[in-house]
Amino acid sequence: MRTFPIGGIHPHDNKEWSKDKAIEVLELPDEAKIAMIQHIGAPSTPVVQKGDKVLTGQLIGQAVGFVSANIHSPISGTVTAVDAYPNGQGQRRMMVVIKREGDEWVDTIDRTPEHKRECTLTPQEIVAKIKDAGIVGLGGAQFPTHVKLSIPDGQKAEVVIINGVECEPYLTSDYRTMLERTEMMLTGVEIVMRAVGVKRAVIGVENNKPDAIAHIREVIKRDNYVGIEVMPLKMRYPQGGEKQLIAAVTGRQVAPPPALPISVGAVVCNVSTAVAIYEAVQKNKPLIERVVTVTGKHLKTTHNYLARFGTPVSRLFELAGIPEGDVKLLNGGPMMGRAVVDITAPLIKGCSGLTVLSGKEAARGKELQCIKCGKCVEACPMGLEPYILSKLAKLQKWDMAEEHNTVDCIECGCCSYTCPSYLPLLDYIRIGKQTVMTNIRARAAANNNKK
Amino acid sequence: MNTLVFTVLTLSVLGVLLAVILYFVAQKFKVEEDPRIDEVEKMLPGANCGGCGFAGCRAMSEALVTRDNISSLFCPVAGGEVMKSIAGYLGKAAAEKSPMVATMRCGGTCEKRPKVNHYDGALSCAVVNTFYVGESACAFGCIGYGDCVHACKFGALHINEETGLVEVDPDKCTACGACVKACPKGLFELRKKWPKNRAIYVACRSKNRGSVVMKACKAGCIGCGKCAKVCPFGAITVDNYLAYIDPEKCKLCRKCVNECPTGAIHIVNMERLALEPKAAPAAPKTETVAEPKTAKTE
Repeated sequence: MRTFPIGGIHPHDNKEWSKDKAIEVLELPDEAKIAMIQHIGAPSTPVVQKGDKVLTGQLIGQAVGFVSANIHSPISGTVTAVDAYPNGQGQRRMMVVIKREGDEWVDTIDRTPEHKRECTLTPQEIVAKIKDAGIVGLGGAQFPTHVKLSIPDGQKAEVVIINGVECEPYLTSDYRTMLERTEMMLTGVEIVMRAVGVKRAVIGVENNKPDAIAHIREVIKRDNYVGIEVMPLKMRYPQGGEKQLIAAVTGRQVAPPPALPISVGAVVCNVSTAVAIYEAVQKNKPLIERVVTVTGKHLKTTHNYLARFGTPVSRLFELAGIPEGDVKLLNGGPMMGRAVVDITAPLIKGCSGLTVLSGKEAARGKELQCIKCGKCVEACPMGLEPYILSKLAKLQKWDMAEEHNTVDCIECGCCSYTCPSYLPLLDYIRIGKQTVMTNIRARAAANNNKK
Repeated sequence: MNTLVFTVLTLSVLGVLLAVILYFVAQKFKVEEDPRIDEVEKMLPGANCGGCGFAGCRAMSEALVTRDNISSLFCPVAGGEVMKSIAGYLGKAAAEKSPMVATMRCGGTCEKRPKVNHYDGALSCAVVNTFYVGESACAFGCIGYGDCVHACKFGALHINEETGLVEVDPDKCTACGACVKACPKGLFELRKKWPKNRAIYVACRSKNRGSVVMKACKAGCIGCGKCAKVCPFGAITVDNYLAYIDPEKCKLCRKCVNECPTGAIHIVNMERLALEPKAAPAAPKTETVAEPKTAKTE
């Protein structure tokens, strides 16, 4: 069974808490706050004003530039404010607040339940539809999908890789999507294959989800999806990282940035994104909802919700029943998730799950000295030396950090996880990475000015 | 015996020969350096802090000697007197700058700006800033893990355990600006240093609306603009719901301090103005807010 070549760790997957919970449609929120930045790239510009009536699926945020994404209203009602509100990290970001009145949809959206498989659109038309629908990578990175599917001149896609790995512990939203929305996903994959002009697609699924593997294989056989295969992968974190998944499936390594996956002929896309692509292209439905896992050992109930964006995360936590005492609320899983400090914050496109850890589970160990054991070096899936990168960032030696390729870091957190001295390695590496990236960009801008 | 004489002789001859060669080589490849550079370097404090913008005191003294116009060069550590004597030695016009002092502009003590979450990561303000806004609900306030304290080479900063805020010792501060660069929230400003270390400044950087500030911190500037109205010198401007006192225009009259409803304007080493009797209805309100304020300035 395949997996990526170097590094990686084996955390307990903790999926048992929510993996048997079928997807439930969450009630609509009475008020939704929709952030104008839910993607990588330029923030969208709000195109509605206070007092405007909006319908479900109506455009409310216009993408600015190519690397940006449209944002649509997840509910119908009246816009009550366009203002800055705190996001999950407490940072104030531009948001559109909509008060719900009923649930009226834009009439071009096909809301009939039957499955529509036939697609005769040209690749350009497909990409345009995906762009209009504001689809971003739903695995967590929130990278605009139309950018990924626009193959640059001189490069050719050879294989579409669908990311059904879900290596992050606790989360089960992709798993439930693969089980319950299989046809939508597979048609989405067919559309992606058509858009980038390839005949082969591989769905990578880790072997801790045998029923998903079996189910998808069965549907492929039953409905005759040509060129799509399921590849079981050996369980290992961070297999869901784009570069790790490409290495696991194709055995090819993507060069360091600015090289993109397309340089080795791969287009990678998450299973939930494939479903969103199906809905956008076949049903004209913009991206306004997603499957979210709400999980944790100490919760009263765990859920997999189909929730509209803009729903306050406090509502999701309420329904699950937050236990007494200190808890850590995470947007995402325990490895890459970000702590939520303001629960009035809305659900955003990149949120595949909300994990609740008890204070005891979340507590970090007392920081000790680095004993140069090399465990972090062994664990790093990018072949970096985390202890050096962390030290360099701490000492603010940005030039040396750049020489040691700190920008290659994918922030998976394997180094911090594996450190026996409980050093906050990634915390410092992240600053180093950000500063070095800023320096590189500044240098490039200065060079451009000279020319 | 013979061996000894032979050894000593050979080595001596070799030594003399090499010395002669080295002498001529040194003459040939001599680097001409202005002797004044050494003199100027001696006059500079030798802190090598980089506060002047150069890599160290040597680089600064080179610049002072080689440049014709040195009015833009100033060593904040040495101060005006030393710069004047250096300029006198070099026969050039000295830069004139009044002494400055670093000022930390956040008044959100533990009491006034309660913690709303618990942070467990690396103890560095820069790291906290990459994650989220910080342990309080204010996105602009002091994080309190002391990046500035580590950056200060003169020991002028320390964290007050009681308030959780960084405090500046004006006698030790040389205004080198290291803290200004180190603070991820941009709380430090180099302000004019008044005699007897007096100071007046708005201890808040929050550009949020008043209602948002009030929820997060009881000591923040809410941008009401009362101070700007009362200032007789036009030194106070309110921009983005945040008041700012221009140190060049301010004359330390302290009228604004009594006006501030949240006590965001801090005065150091000065007494508050006595409240005017005609403001009787408003007086009790101002006074209740004022109490912890005066206690702090002492």
